[in-house]
Amino acid sequence: MAAAGAAATHLEVARGKRAALFFAAVAIVLGLPLWWKTTETYRASLPYSQISGLNALQLRLMVPVTVVFTRESVPLDDQEKLPFTVVHEREIPLKYKMKIKCRFQKAYRRALDHEEEALSSGSVQEAEAMLDEPQEQAEGSLTVYVISEHSSLLPQFCPPFGSMMESSPIPEEKQVQLSWEYRLPLFFDPQEPLTSLTPVSVGYEITFSLLNPDPKSHDVYWDIEGAVRRYVQPFLNALGAAGNFSVDSQILYYAMLGVNPRFDSASSSYYLDMHSLPHVINPVESRLGSSAASLYPVLNFLLYVPELAHSPLYIQDKDGAPVATNAFHSPRWGGIMVYNVDSKTYNASVLPVRVEVDMVRVMEVFLAQLRLLFGIAQPQLPPKCLLSGPTSEGLMTWELDRLLWARSVENLATATTTLTSLAQLLGKISNIVIKDDVASEVYKAVAAVQKSAEELASGHLASAFVASQEAVTSSELAFFDPSLLHLLYFPDDQKFAIYIPLFLPMAVPILLSLVKIFLETRKSWRKPEKTD
Amino acid sequence: MAVTDSLSRAATVLATVLLLSFGSVAASHIEDQAEQFFRSGHTNNWAVLVCTSRFWFNYRHVANTLSVYRSVKRLGIPDSHIVLMLADDMACNPRNPKPATVFSHKNMELNVYGDDVEVDYRSYEVTVENFLRVLTGRIPPSTPRSKRLLSDDRSNILIYMTGHGGNGFLKFQDSEEITNIELADAFEQMWQKRRYNELLFIIDTCQGASMYERFYSPNIMALASSQVGEDSLSHQPDPAIGVHLMDRYTFYVLEFLEEINPASQTNMNDLFQVCPKSLCVSTPGHRTDLFQRDPKNVLITDFFGSVRKVEITTETIKLQQDSEIMESSFKCFFELSFSKQVILTIGLPSYFCYKEDQMDEKLMEPLKYAEQLPVAQIIHQKPKLKDWHPPGGFILGLWALIIMVFFKTYGIKHMKFIF
Repeated sequence: MAAAGAAATHLEVARGKRAALFFAAVAIVLGLPLWWKTTETYRASLPYSQISGLNALQLRLMVPVTVVFTRESVPLDDQEKLPFTVVHEREIPLKYKMKIKCRFQKAYRRALDHEEEALSSGSVQEAEAMLDEPQEQAEGSLTVYVISEHSSLLPQFCPPFGSMMESSPIPEEKQVQLSWEYRLPLFFDPQEPLTSLTPVSVGYEITFSLLNPDPKSHDVYWDIEGAVRRYVQPFLNALGAAGNFSVDSQILYYAMLGVNPRFDSASSSYYLDMHSLPHVINPVESRLGSSAASLYPVLNFLLYVPELAHSPLYIQDKDGAPVATNAFHSPRWGGIMVYNVDSKTYNASVLPVRVEVDMVRVMEVFLAQLRLLFGIAQPQLPPKCLLSGPTSEGLMTWELDRLLWARSVENLATATTTLTSLAQLLGKISNIVIKDDVASEVYKAVAAVQKSAEELASGHLASAFVASQEAVTSSELAFFDPSLLHLLYFPDDQKFAIYIPLFLPMAVPILLSLVKIFLETRKSWRKPEKTD
Repeated sequence: MAVTDSLSRAATVLATVLLLSFGSVAASHIEDQAEQFFRSGHTNNWAVLVCTSRFWFNYRHVANTLSVYRSVKRLGIPDSHIVLMLADDMACNPRNPKPATVFSHKNMELNVYGDDVEVDYRSYEVTVENFLRVLTGRIPPSTPRSKRLLSDDRSNILIYMTGHGGNGFLKFQDSEEITNIELADAFEQMWQKRRYNELLFIIDTCQGASMYERFYSPNIMALASSQVGEDSLSHQPDPAIGVHLMDRYTFYVLEFLEEINPASQTNMNDLFQVCPKSLCVSTPGHRTDLFQRDPKNVLITDFFGSVRKVEITTETIKLQQDSEIMESSFKCFFELSFSKQVILTIGLPSYFCYKEDQMDEKLMEPLKYAEQLPVAQIIHQKPKLKDWHPPGGFILGLWALIIMVFFKTYGIKHMKFIF
């Protein structure tokens, strides 16, 4: 009876042991991995290796150059050498120790018939017109026309589109090459630190405001729509490759400048000196309403008609001389011009005086400021080169090319740093969630950066710029996606405080029973040894 | 044997150290390159002013924030560049003896609420999530421009926070907290995306210094009103309003700022001396190790004001005078409006300009309002039937609970009476 009871309890004990072991096994084998999997943050896979490869991307720009020789410019024996192609590489240092490898693929050839005709015409403008028609110049390419020194086109200006006139008495290949080293840096010489210019963005908002602080004395009328249609819109169309532009205008009454101008008795006029100019912008900015306009960067151009009590108002530079344009600008913000009413209009008229703003003068200044804000400035000319002024549109194609090159490089740098920062952040902060659409944006951005670099290397500037803009947009979308902020930080002590009440009551019996089983097993191993 | 063992171990340690240093050098080289591309020197200023408390007895926190807002506006930062987060329940609180005002000095000398306060996040919108979203820029696309921090790599940002805090956390609206680690991570995310050039962080809470202990991103300078273990005290109660009007630290900081004008050259070292222990009872602290410039070279107006870089425009371009100008018979819309501010949009084509007859057509449009239903007809319309949705989880759970309790109490045999 006792033996049966003992056997029964032994069976029970064995069953109990098996049950405990089973519990422990289920908890560890099934439970732990399940808990781990369900509590990890969701991260779609990202191309980390490609992102780190982007940093080491060497940017190469290729410029296809065509050198066209007219008949008279080359002696006969040299003419046989044409046409041929030479590839010339050089490293152009940009600012901040960044270097870009530039490949100039120079194709030398003889002039075609229509080109000969064009180049023998009387003036540069005619020559331009005739050369412009037959071929479409791809953006980023350059054509150099070598003419003889007896040509009637010299001395003239260098024509405004992507071609240059050049003459050398003995046009040997070497000499032409020497002059190359001279001229080409013209195109890659950023004079302004890139970051003080208008930030690169997909679109820009340009606002023209007329400030009339004294409507009792001046009834100002400005034909802004006509001026925009005639002068600004062609300029913006020419610049269209750099982004979408939208133009607004407004008139503000009773808007004062924040600074009191001083009276200069010598010229009996009022002046604002250079040190007070920075304080002019802030009080006015709150009334401009630029924050309501759009999410794109806003460039404000203000035309201020000073009040009767402070007329005429001049801006003085640091030497105390009045500035010819009577205007100043602030990087990344816009420009202000002061328009003085002609004193003749006051004679024998009753206030308010009607003032018709001369839009040509105003737009000349505003467009010049717009060019400066975008970094299109006069380059330093090497000797023996004359540059003709901008066309009626205000923008030359090689200036646009320069802008696009600079912007493409900047876009690529921005996109690369954004992607690299995202990768670094994911490494540092383990609670950021990456959803699938964010991951797809990252893949798109990486692909766009690589495509843009390839396009630059093969010389297609327009598509390279578009790809670089895509890269920036995608990388910004990925970085600034609202879902990345999904989980707030849980410090370690808070994590323990959550898990301990859940897991401890369950884990303690399991662990204790495991320990007991282990001790018993060890005892039963030792026992046979003892008896032996 | 042991010697070679230890030698090999030392060699591996050395190798790993070298590798790590190369790795960090490479990382810092990348950082460096990126740094050099985006240069320092600021071109615009932003301010994020946060008051994290609500309820009437936290009047002083709202007054703190509004006073800093006033100073910052006075020194030049425009409203479009200030993100103001307030619970905003003081001015119109039923307990306010002077409605629509918030005073910062006793005897009601200075009303900091005024009539041109622009609060961007008010009342229940002041949450930790919104604050972090504003800082990191991860805002849903529908957010208006005034609620965004649109800073760039050349912005100097001033961040001012006030409320109730503790060791390592700051309480938001009595319901949630932000820890110093979250804040440090948010600043790191801002740094990674170059959303600031330099950052000044001022906090006026109890144990405020704990909030800046964990910062690890460069170019941050931090000031706090009290050290860990100390309380920040309030300044003075007003017997008429019945609450304390301001905190001491902010009160003295504001006195200091009153003497600053947009052109002054006072530097940060003076700000560090504000409110010594004798006046403030708590010990204000500051942290400048992450900041690259020397505090004595940093002007107060670098953060509190907004001084822009200007250049004289010396060149113009030549435009041709167009002969076809004002001859056209286009009448443009803006001639008709007399209001003070007229905003026009001019695109391509300029469709706001019409010929005379087209303008009559345009005027016809407002008459179409007459076609709308009259009010009497609208109010007698039958209400639209709403779609039926099945009861939600809560209702189902509640009923399940009730049924379970019933059967537990009275036994399962009652089931047959139900079904």
